[in-house]
Amino acid sequence: MVDNMNGDDVLVKVENLYRYYDEHCAVQGLNFELRKGEILGFLGPNGAGKTTTMQILSGNLAPSAGQILINGIDILDQPKRAKACIGYLPEQPPLYADLTVDEYLEYCACLNRVPRNKHLTARSLSKERCGLKDMGSKLISNLSKGYRQRVGIAQAIIHTPAVVILDEPTVGLDPIQIREIRSLIVELGKEHGVILSTHILPEVQTVCSRVQIIHKGRLVFNDDLAGLTRRMQSTSLLLTCRQLPEQAVIRALPGVISVELLGNQQLRVHFNAGNNPAEIIAAEVIKRGWGLLELIPEHKSLEQIFVELTTTDEASGTTMIQERAA
Amino acid sequence: MMIFTIAWRELRNLFLSPLAWCVLAVIQFIIAWIFLIQVDNFLKFAPTLAGMANAPGVTDAIASPIFSTASVIMLLVVPIMSMRLIAEERRSGTLSLLQSAPVSMTEIVLGKYLGLLLFLIIMLGFMTVMPLSLAVGTHLDYGKLFSGVLGLGLLLGAFASAGLFISTLTKQPVVAAISCFGLLLMLWIISWAGSGDDRYSPVFHYLSLLDHYGALLRGSFNSTDVLYYLLFITTFLVLSIRRLDAYRLQH
Repeated sequence: MVDNMNGDDVLVKVENLYRYYDEHCAVQGLNFELRKGEILGFLGPNGAGKTTTMQILSGNLAPSAGQILINGIDILDQPKRAKACIGYLPEQPPLYADLTVDEYLEYCACLNRVPRNKHLTARSLSKERCGLKDMGSKLISNLSKGYRQRVGIAQAIIHTPAVVILDEPTVGLDPIQIREIRSLIVELGKEHGVILSTHILPEVQTVCSRVQIIHKGRLVFNDDLAGLTRRMQSTSLLLTCRQLPEQAVIRALPGVISVELLGNQQLRVHFNAGNNPAEIIAAEVIKRGWGLLELIPEHKSLEQIFVELTTTDEASGTTMIQERAA
Repeated sequence: MMIFTIAWRELRNLFLSPLAWCVLAVIQFIIAWIFLIQVDNFLKFAPTLAGMANAPGVTDAIASPIFSTASVIMLLVVPIMSMRLIAEERRSGTLSLLQSAPVSMTEIVLGKYLGLLLFLIIMLGFMTVMPLSLAVGTHLDYGKLFSGVLGLGLLLGAFASAGLFISTLTKQPVVAAISCFGLLLMLWIISWAGSGDDRYSPVFHYLSLLDHYGALLRGSFNSTDVLYYLLFITTFLVLSIRRLDAYRLQH
C-alpha cells in the first residue's frame, strides 16, 4: 500500500461532499480517496448515507456541494468522460427482465461505448469472470437471485472501468453465492479500484483492504483493515469454571479492572487494553483448583464499534481520524 | 449515435412484449374495416358524384376519413404505448443503468422518444398502405395523401412527446397512461371552448391539436400548422429532459 501512495494512482477523490434532501442532510462533509488496487469497504447502519454516496459517485444523484474527481476528471464538469471510468451496481440490479443475458450485456456494452469490434470479447470476458458462461441465452426473468446479481456485476465491469462501485452486492444471497461473489470482488480488486457498501462486518474483513464507517452522513472511521481489527480487540474475557471463582481474587490480579457475574459459573473480566491478564487468570484458576472450562477473549461486534464511534462527541471523532491518518 | 442505440433497444423491447403486436393487429383490423366501408360507400355513390361539379375525389372520400378516424384511435393508443417509457424504468430501477452510463439526459430522452416514434411510424405505414393500394385501379391525389400522412405523423409525434413527458412524472405506468389520455383529450377538445364569438376563441383554436390536423387533412399545407406541432414536440421533449435532470438534483 505504501508504495502506491503517489498521486497518479488516485482513482476517486471526494472532497467536502454534501447532499441534502430538503432539510435533511444525508451526507455531510465527506472526504476520501480510492487508490488503484484497493477494495474500499463502506460500512454503516441503515440510513447512514451509504447508498446516497454511491449514487452520487456514479452520477445518479447530484451533490449539493463538494467535488468528485474520477480518474482526475470532475464528474460534474465532464459527466460523460467521468462516467466512462465507472461501473455501478445499484442495490437493485438494473436488469431488463425481458432480455436474455447476451442481449442485455450487448446493450450495456453499446451504452458504455465499447468499440463495436470488441463487443464479443468484452461480453464473453465479463460473463466468464462472473460465472455466467452458460447463461448467455437465458432470459433474465428466469434467473435466480444470485445469477441476477452476477449479471448486475457483469454489467458493471463490461467496459473494464477503472472504478467499480457495488452497493450491497451480497444482500439476499445464500451463503455459497455470497462466497462466490466475494471471491469475484477480490478478483476485481486486483485490476480495478472497488468501492463496496455493506452492513455486514465479516464481509469487510474477508474482502476489503480499507474500511470506512459512515454514520448519519459523516465519516467516523477511516483506516485499513489492521486498524479495524485493532479497534475490535477485546478488553474483556469470558471466564467459565466448574466451580464459581471468587470474584475478589480475580479482581485483585494485575491488569484486571472489574469483574462482572454473569451466571452460575461464568464471569466477565474487564481489563486494560494492551495488558491481557488471560495467562495470569488461567494460572490462578488452576492453582486454586476451580476447574477451568473456558477462557474466551470477547471481540467487539460492529454494533459496539458503531456505538463507540458514534457516542463520542464529534471533536474526538475527528481527532481519531487524523490520528489514524498520521 | 447513442440516441439510436437507445431507440433501437426501445423499439425491440416494445416488440418483445405482446402489447405491441396486439396493438398493431387490433388497430390494423379496425382501420381495414373503416377502409372497406369507405370503399363500399364510394362505389355506391360514384355514379352520382360523377355527375357533380367539384365532387370529392377518391382521396377525399376514402383517405381522409381513414386518417381522421385513425387520429381518434391513436388518441387512445399512444398513451398506452408511451406510459412505460420512463415510468417503468424508474419503477424497476433500470433507469440507473442509463444514468450511470456515459450518456446524457438529452440522449436518453431523445432515444426513448425516437424508439416510440419508430413504432408509430410503422403503424402509420400500415395505415397508409390501404388507401395507397387504390392506386392500382384509380388515380390518387398524391399531394393530398401526403399532406394527410404528414398531418397524422406530426400528430402522432406530438402525442408521443406528451406521453413521454407524462411518463417522467410518475412511477406508475397506468397513472401515466390515464393522465396522458386526459391531457391529449383536453388539447383535442380545447377548441370547443372557443366556438363562441369572444375574443379569446383564436387562442383556443390555436392550441387545439385537432384544428391544425384538420387543415392538413383537407390538403391545405400551412407552415403554421407544421410549426405548431414541431413547437409542441420540442416543448414536451425539453420538459422531459428538465424533469429527469430534476430527479438527479432533488428527490
